[in-house]
Amino acid sequence: MAILEVQALSKRFEELEVLRQIDFSLEAGEALSIIGSSGSGKTTLLRCLNFLETPDAGRVLVHGETVFDAAETKKLSEAALRRRRLHFGLVFQNFNLFPQYTALENVRLAGLLLAKERPDFREKRKEIVAELNERAMFLLTDMGLADRAGHYPHQLSGGQQQRVAIARALALEPDILCFDEPTSALDPELTGEVLRVIRSLAEQRTTMIIVTHEMAFARDVADRAIFMDGGVIVEQGPAKEVIDHPREERTRQFLSRYGGLS
Amino acid sequence: MIGTVLGALNQGFLKTLQLFGVTLLGAIPLGLLISFGSMSKFQPLRWLTRTVVWIVRGTPLMLQLIILYYVPGQIMDASPWPMGENGRFLASAIAFIFNYACYFSEIFRGGIEGVPKGQREAGQVLGMTRGQIFFRVELMQMVKRIVPPISNEIITLVKDTSLARIIAYEELIKAGYDFLKGSHGYSGLLWPLFFTGVYYLLFSGLLTIAFNKTERRLDYFKV
Repeated sequence: MAILEVQALSKRFEELEVLRQIDFSLEAGEALSIIGSSGSGKTTLLRCLNFLETPDAGRVLVHGETVFDAAETKKLSEAALRRRRLHFGLVFQNFNLFPQYTALENVRLAGLLLAKERPDFREKRKEIVAELNERAMFLLTDMGLADRAGHYPHQLSGGQQQRVAIARALALEPDILCFDEPTSALDPELTGEVLRVIRSLAEQRTTMIIVTHEMAFARDVADRAIFMDGGVIVEQGPAKEVIDHPREERTRQFLSRYGGLS
Repeated sequence: MIGTVLGALNQGFLKTLQLFGVTLLGAIPLGLLISFGSMSKFQPLRWLTRTVVWIVRGTPLMLQLIILYYVPGQIMDASPWPMGENGRFLASAIAFIFNYACYFSEIFRGGIEGVPKGQREAGQVLGMTRGQIFFRVELMQMVKRIVPPISNEIITLVKDTSLARIIAYEELIKAGYDFLKGSHGYSGLLWPLFFTGVYYLLFSGLLTIAFNKTERRLDYFKV
């Protein structure tokens, strides 16, 4: 069974239809890249999955369980919404690290706040905090940032900040990790370190959706690719096919404009 | 003579401090409330709040003091203010609190709106509640942004308290000025008036040091 199923998702801002009848699914351990020009709806799609926007129509299922249904009229409680959104993690284009916390604190904060709601938090406080610290440190080490754990965001390069942000998203162990143009805000010489991290996550079979303008990366790292234009999915399939041998004319035009790929 | 003058000036300074302290205590929470009003999604409330802020910030505090203290007594049969110094203090405090709350509200609004939207969104996708996002993520960034402009306003407030003299509140400058026209058996004394400046300088100097310290304590991160 697919880990994620998106059914007929639609979203409009006033008169503008940003997403029209989006359908796709994702298997566990699969990496999916979403490509398309600016304004094609890629980012809105990720924001809908992460409950930052509310779709006007459609459904989202995770592990076969409905986490969003536009037909569901009653408003969810904050607690229910939180439980559902924790299926997803999101890495933003411009990192959005919390500036007043160190790298380690950034990674640990959300987990700590969740742990505080556990009934046994008071008695086991020390163990829980130690565990969270250890986990955060493990993730930072994995990102190659062990020696930066005590640094504040402004003391880190863009590439380092984005890797902290990835560790922060991973700390909550989301079922599906989403990346919204993770290297677009970086200087060209810093994109490599972030792409390497995402590549290694793909090798560990992390379920991911990656919105990106890095075509070679989208092709090599992702198992499947979706090309979006004007709020619809124009073409989807194995990443290598969609990017190297697109069937649709619109996909071909887009790829030729992005250049570099035959 | 010096003892008498200093005694009277200290007395006046105490009254200045009282007005200063009460204004701060009242204007900070009221300012926060007004800033919420001016950011409300409910449009009539937003317009109403912003109009009030415009009027209060757009007219002299001295005018507001005079109107608040004298006009009710003209319209009604008797002045609603308690007799004497208590009434003058109460009227001054209300005028000052409301006036400064309006200035503070604009600073708070700037501080709140200045926190990038992405900070809240990052908190949301990490499953934080609204309260957690406000207290754990946004508040410190807001505080850091508003410390410099609030410090400025507070220093201004130290000196603005002297405006209460217009309704004969016996604050520091009135105490000094009284020696010019006759007080405690002295008249024509010029130096007590000048000497009041020393009080203001010392007090605002202390505050400046405290604010600088606060700013430095928030230097560990950048927004």
